[in-house]
Amino acid sequence: MILDPSQKLSFSPLHRLQWEEAQQKHVILYPEGMVELNATAAEILGLCDGTRNLTEIVGELEQKFEATGLTDDIREMLEAALANGWIR
Amino acid sequence: MAGSDNPPISKPRWLLAELTYSCPLQCPYCANPVDFAKHKDELSTDDWKRVFTEARAMGAVQLGLSGGEPLIRQDLSELVRHARGLGYYTNLITSGYGMTEAKIAQLKEAGLDHIQVSIQSPEKTLNDHLAGTESFEHKKEVARLVKKHGYPMVLCVVIHRQNIHQMRDILEMAIELEADYLELANTQYYGWAHINRNALLPTKDQFVTAETIAQEYKEKLQGKMKIYYVVPDYYEDRPKACMNGWGTTFLTIAPDGTALPCHSARELPGLSCPNVRDSNIADIWERSEAFNRFRGFEWMPEPCRSCPEKTKDFGGCRCQAYLLTGDMNNADPVCALSPHHDEVAHAVTASLESADQPLIFRNVKRSKELSETS
Repeated sequence: MILDPSQKLSFSPLHRLQWEEAQQKHVILYPEGMVELNATAAEILGLCDGTRNLTEIVGELEQKFEATGLTDDIREMLEAALANGWIR
Repeated sequence: MAGSDNPPISKPRWLLAELTYSCPLQCPYCANPVDFAKHKDELSTDDWKRVFTEARAMGAVQLGLSGGEPLIRQDLSELVRHARGLGYYTNLITSGYGMTEAKIAQLKEAGLDHIQVSIQSPEKTLNDHLAGTESFEHKKEVARLVKKHGYPMVLCVVIHRQNIHQMRDILEMAIELEADYLELANTQYYGWAHINRNALLPTKDQFVTAETIAQEYKEKLQGKMKIYYVVPDYYEDRPKACMNGWGTTFLTIAPDGTALPCHSARELPGLSCPNVRDSNIADIWERSEAFNRFRGFEWMPEPCRSCPEKTKDFGGCRCQAYLLTGDMNNADPVCALSPHHDEVAHAVTASLESADQPLIFRNVKRSKELSETS
């Protein structure tokens, strides 16, 4: 699924992103299912709150981790999230 | 277990709360035990809340509220509120019978995450016949209201010989109702479905045709509707990884508080299942005989014990082994490597030869009759 870099991304109201104490990780919950997230994916998805697009998410994370060249990895993750219906 | 090649005990992730065996419907493939009418002493509201709290503390996160028909419990909203407060993702698994818009709104306010509505057939006459109750139009209305109130809507249709030819209409109905998920559940032959097997099991050709149609829609609806397809055990040559392995992930609590490693385990003779009235969930999960009985690999007979696939399918399903071979310790006979694999073919032949066997509907009267004779 192709991501429009200017599209504001928000987390799907049909899914829930939640920290699980027992598993020490974030999970996505949906009808009768659960996906366990690694820390990076949770960080990226946590920024999908309807106020940022891809470019802004990349900017924010590159600043936070003092890194550059994160665009491709983040885009790939978000495209997978879009295909799975976690974000829209 | 010292010196064991069993993996360490994992924590429950899935709690299935069968709140009641009461149900206004009479589906002949019901997964409840045939003798359900014997188990009348339902847990109280406080019992259920304690069960939810204890299981959540261990790490359970998906909660299925099921039955029977869970809407019959007058404390349903209170239980949902408690569960949601603990952080569960709460799934209501309902026939829709008795659901009103006010109730849908009330449950939403209490924190319910999702409602799964079952429909027996896309055709009114067959739906009402299978359900044993006039319910078709109301179910469709409930499905619409579930969407209207912002829930993800899961439509569940159990597939068997009486409706498998309607596969295309089932999928079109799901599209019309704007289902977010469609569960096409080929009947699993336990409980009432097992005693009705001869009337329910489709032919292999019927399965193949239906699966092709489902696959076609799966591709067409990608990104719009997720389709879960529960495979038909009897036409497979490897067993399913039943319950993701015994005592690894799933915990079912029956209406009377009996704790089960799977919702059919009550059918297994000689398996003494603990009750939440007597012990807490951690004790039941970690230390009870029943939950440890088929954990890991050491219980396995051959051919499973030395099979490289044992880490993938965990020896298959104990209830199926019992129902088809008479011994719950055997390899699941669905597996082509099982010495009892012929039993599956015999079951298929028997069902084709007695195709006109009438359906036995699931109700209290039949349950009492059948548990007296068994």
